[in-house]
Amino acid sequence: MSKFKKKKKGLPAISTASLPDIVFMLLFFFMVSTTMRETDLLIKKPALPVASEVKKLELKSLVSTIYVGKSKDTRISGDKIQVNDKIVEVKDIPSFIFSERALRKEDEVKFMTTSIKADKEASVGTILDIKEQLRDINALKISFSTSKGNDLSGNYK
Amino acid sequence: MARRENSEINAGSMADIAFLLLIFFLVTTTMDVDSGIARKLPEKTDVPSDVIVREKNVLDIVVNRNNQLLIENEYVKVTDVKRLAMKFIDNGGGLGTPIDDKPGEPCDYCGGDKDPNSSDHPTRAIISLQSDRGTTYGMYISIQNEIEAAYNELRNTLSKKLYGRSYDELLNDYKDNPTKSLQEKIDDLKNKYPQIITEPEPIK
Repeated sequence: MSKFKKKKKGLPAISTASLPDIVFMLLFFFMVSTTMRETDLLIKKPALPVASEVKKLELKSLVSTIYVGKSKDTRISGDKIQVNDKIVEVKDIPSFIFSERALRKEDEVKFMTTSIKADKEASVGTILDIKEQLRDINALKISFSTSKGNDLSGNYK
Repeated sequence: MARRENSEINAGSMADIAFLLLIFFLVTTTMDVDSGIARKLPEKTDVPSDVIVREKNVLDIVVNRNNQLLIENEYVKVTDVKRLAMKFIDNGGGLGTPIDDKPGEPCDYCGGDKDPNSSDHPTRAIISLQSDRGTTYGMYISIQNEIEAAYNELRNTLSKKLYGRSYDELLNDYKDNPTKSLQEKIDDLKNKYPQIITEPEPIK
């Protein structure tokens, strides 16, 4: 009983002790949801086409990404292919996939997916060349990266 | 005894530190989930297959370098692809593929016109997408998307009829709770409307 009597009267200052908790909660949310960009794009950022029937890519750690787009230098025409941090030719793609496979466990290799992030202005010829290379080395699961939307008219003019 | 007045640690600066980190992560966050149209490439074989496919079981889609589209030699728009593909796949004008020496059966779940000049059975209907090297990727994806949409809609309709839930819902259920019976349902739907898409060599 005496404990209660000891308490001082008067307004206590509003405790800001819970403010860090709130901020930490936000912080953790963003930390978890963050995906750091691993590669610096050497090509112009591909404007992905829009599609409505998209599937989410599961198992992010098993995805290897190939970028296709225009060169940053506007004088250079044609499609450029980028993997990791360098611009490569179509014929270098198998070695890229092999190096990606070497990083994974053997039993995970068959679940590996190749995601093609190509600009909507890129030509199909380049994409089909890449597909042919992937077929050659049995990397059969691919995903054409798109953004989700229902209005497809921006894909073509 | 320690003095009670000093026992409270000033936690005000903790918020500052947390805010600093928070702002860092806010700026670097990219929320985009990688999504796209999934495709499985055909395996490479040295032996050329000698399967004879009848002309009426193939839906020819040709797209040229000006992004113009021909389906069965008729000039169409991209928005027509889904309708035409669905009509073609769901036609069911003949017998299906024979399985294990059993003769093929007519399609009892198709809702098509049963036109004898269109595809025999969904399991036989092949969609051929021939593109030009100069076609833009956006166009190519749009066509792929429309074909995918056609298959999805057919599967959804059939699934609603058989199980009272659409194919998409079944897939979602399966993701949350993978059970054997769901797996069977999904496989069954996939087998009834298999995606058979072929992409011949592009026009140079």
